[in-house]
Amino acid sequence: MFDRRLINNFDWILLAILIFIGALSVVNLYSATHSIGSMGGGNVYFKQILWYTIGFFILLLMTTFDYHVLDRLAYPLFFISLIFLVAVLKSGKVTYGSQRWLSLGYFSIQPSEMVKISIIIVLAKYFSDLERTENYRLRDLLRPLILIAIPFIMIIYQPDLGTALMLLIISFSIIIFVNVNWKSIVIFLSIAFLSAPFFWITLQEYQKKRIITFLRPDLDPLGAAYHVTQSKIAIGSGLFWGKGFLKGTQTRLHFLPQQHTDFPFSVLAEEWGFVGSAILLLVYLFLILWCLNIAKNSKDKFGTLIVVGIAASVFWHLIINVSMAIGLLPVVGIPLALFSYGGSSVISTMAAMGLVMNISMRRFMFQE
Amino acid sequence: MIWRSKINPIEAEIYQKRLKTLTFFVLIVVGILFVRLWFLQIISGAQYRKKSESNRIDLRDILPVRGMIFDRNGELLVDNRASFALGVIPEDIKNLDGLIDDMGRLIEIDDLSAKKKINEGLRRNPFNSVYIKKGLTRDELARIETNVFHMPGVIIEVEPKRHYIYGPLAAHLIGYLGEIDKEQLNKEVYKENKVGDFVGKFGIEKKWQRYLNGVRGGQQVEVDASGRRLRVLYQKAAEPGFNIYLTINKDLQMLAEHSLENRASAIVAMDPMTGEVLTMASRPSFNPNDFATGMDEKGWKRLVSNLRFPLQNRVISGQYPPGSLFKIVVAIAGLEEGVIDPNEKIFCGGSYSFRGRVYRDWQEEGHGYVDLHRALVESCDVYFYKMGQKIGIDTIARYAKILGFGSKTNLQLGDEKEGLIPNRAWKLRRWHVPWQEGETLSVAVGQSFALVTPIQMVRFVSALFNGGVLFKPQVTKWIENQNKEKIFKFKPNSLRRWSIKKENMELIKKALVGVVNEPHGTGKRAKLHQIRVAGKTGTAQVIALPEERELAREKDVPYKFRDHAWFVAVAPAEKPAIVLAALIEHSGTGGSVAAPIAKKILEYYFETVRPL
Repeated sequence: MFDRRLINNFDWILLAILIFIGALSVVNLYSATHSIGSMGGGNVYFKQILWYTIGFFILLLMTTFDYHVLDRLAYPLFFISLIFLVAVLKSGKVTYGSQRWLSLGYFSIQPSEMVKISIIIVLAKYFSDLERTENYRLRDLLRPLILIAIPFIMIIYQPDLGTALMLLIISFSIIIFVNVNWKSIVIFLSIAFLSAPFFWITLQEYQKKRIITFLRPDLDPLGAAYHVTQSKIAIGSGLFWGKGFLKGTQTRLHFLPQQHTDFPFSVLAEEWGFVGSAILLLVYLFLILWCLNIAKNSKDKFGTLIVVGIAASVFWHLIINVSMAIGLLPVVGIPLALFSYGGSSVISTMAAMGLVMNISMRRFMFQE
Repeated sequence: MIWRSKINPIEAEIYQKRLKTLTFFVLIVVGILFVRLWFLQIISGAQYRKKSESNRIDLRDILPVRGMIFDRNGELLVDNRASFALGVIPEDIKNLDGLIDDMGRLIEIDDLSAKKKINEGLRRNPFNSVYIKKGLTRDELARIETNVFHMPGVIIEVEPKRHYIYGPLAAHLIGYLGEIDKEQLNKEVYKENKVGDFVGKFGIEKKWQRYLNGVRGGQQVEVDASGRRLRVLYQKAAEPGFNIYLTINKDLQMLAEHSLENRASAIVAMDPMTGEVLTMASRPSFNPNDFATGMDEKGWKRLVSNLRFPLQNRVISGQYPPGSLFKIVVAIAGLEEGVIDPNEKIFCGGSYSFRGRVYRDWQEEGHGYVDLHRALVESCDVYFYKMGQKIGIDTIARYAKILGFGSKTNLQLGDEKEGLIPNRAWKLRRWHVPWQEGETLSVAVGQSFALVTPIQMVRFVSALFNGGVLFKPQVTKWIENQNKEKIFKFKPNSLRRWSIKKENMELIKKALVGVVNEPHGTGKRAKLHQIRVAGKTGTAQVIALPEERELAREKDVPYKFRDHAWFVAVAPAEKPAIVLAALIEHSGTGGSVAAPIAKKILEYYFETVRPL
């Protein structure tokens, strides 16, 4: 039984936004990497097209089932993503000194990206099962906190501080949204702070070092501080109209390290100026607001919470990544979801957007 | 299908409110980004535009100074001197081929590898300097310096160069440096290092690379379009490497190396009470200074293809038949197993027949009636042929392994060998034929398959005289950081204590005193007047076949067929302070060649290094 209303309710606007961001990303990656062809970076934009193709396919796949089945699958899915995380710790591929990739023949996947989605679903399920009209109590938060802590600790050990912190921020966005009283949050935070030293001593020397450089990147003037200097020059020198496509000098001279993953925004801002960066920000803003609108129209709590979680994920990726490029936040290696290069990131974000689409399409289910 | 119940109206209302707040929050935060962008791109945009066009900001390395190496008394053995390197910054080169020609006219460079390096640099980071030649001579420096302005991109950098003050002294122990290779670049130990760095490749330099290296510093420098440095924006000083204090004594090392002359040989001395290595000398040697700025292909080939293997540290990687030194092991095995009665006398007539073959004693006329003591003192072969046969090869091998043979001492100085202790199972596995009983006789006097290294030997004798404690040999006394704080102090590290009966050890020790001090002892030439020396001679046969043995008794045998001379010595026998093992390749008998050298070293040790 296929409901015609599903087609009628297909969210063309959401799809259009995603296609637009995808196109911007590919064009920008082309510019960011075209001069390093000899270093094997030349096919980065092409690979990104491939990721987007797979991403759109997965997005459509994610709309074919009714998202309410996730209500039953939430815990199993979460459990599976944890198993992947364990696998990464056991046999992960080491890049940039940490293991976060699981090699599956041709592809490497980053299970921590899967965890980000499955934790949203699990939290949405937990809070939609728990009906309360007043604030949640600390007691009610115990289970979600344990659910968050397990993948958080595992990701810290990889060690991938950025993703771990992201997981925490997204989860807390949901918890705050569902109306928790502030006392509970304060109590929780104090427990977290008190347990930190115990946790610290179990870390390896190199893990500690990574955490310190993560928290205080300014201590390393040759690493992160240098990147920020260069990024600010790149962005600032774009002026109002930009230097033009493929004309970014900072970009061409590879002053920006990891410009296709960590600093794609700087490349864009240099070549397209204030106009370009403003357009990108507006498109993302529109995407986030559109998601929030879908959350508003969703008639059940489960759907609302999933969409809010996903919107929070996109929002925080945007804010943190752009802030680090313009020197407002330390350089923490958080990609700009959908705009940065990266198979795991693009595909998992597209899968998440598929869920949003799914929820958007089924808003009529309760309308009879 | 079962649908979840609709959201309850109260919660729905809360959510609508929250979503509104959320929207507001999102707008504000994104708004902040807009404001910041406006500041960067519009208000201060012109400044940034200028920076991006005219100036660039480079990262320059500040190399750390490698830690120094001292002997046990704090005498400096290795430090660093300033050296000048010719480098180029690939980005600033106008005409690559022209530049290489120009440089080639001024000094001798390797055109091909220079070009390769520059191209590699262009791809990696065109603003990082690439070294073309390290360790310029004064003359080369002057020629480059006067022409540097005609060659854009060329720079001269001052960098520390490793300086081995005494040249080849203790070269095998200290080791040498070399350019880091690809494999090393991926290892945790070398995480501070980059392409082109010089790192320890052998010996102490490699063993303590992690601590000697120090931490690289660097600067963010603003550079104008023509490559001139305008100012330093940030600077992070380099941290010097840690200093290493060795256990060797420089003067004793010098004397030992000197007394070996240029013969292929090894001497190792140990403090028997701690396992500290006092001297580790191996000949022929090499000069690690030749490696300090990069060994050229020719020099390297000469070293590696030298048939006398100057790069081999014979103390740990030279494997030799133990010769009569092995009789000590057989004696211990026999006494412990109750097979040898120390008072039993055995007749030695100069040869021993076993299964239709004649096994000769080194002394043709024989030793007459000998007990264990005399058998050791005079190194009677016939006695040990008989005893070895009675004890059996597997028991001998078991004891040899307990006593520390057949396994590495784990000094971690590179390429240590474990030697070889044969037994029945080994023979079958290795050669697929059963053990021949006659082979037991040869092994009992330290010939045929058995192989030991000098370090194993010195450790064994040390344990014999310190009451049976088998130490892990140590070459490092402590490591100190730049503030002269000792961050590691190495304490004696005992592997295990032998469970050999005390009276048996005393019997052997008495015999070894006899070797040096009794009229018929084979080690008389190591005797000192003030101090009681104990020791044992050994002569390791290079060829085992009887016919050739006959030949070998005569003089002028070809060098490579001559016997190796062994001598181990302990002094003072009653309160041992130093144990040494000397091995001189292809030189004759232990008593005539190795014992006098040992004597010289002991004499010096007790006169100057540690007077009693």
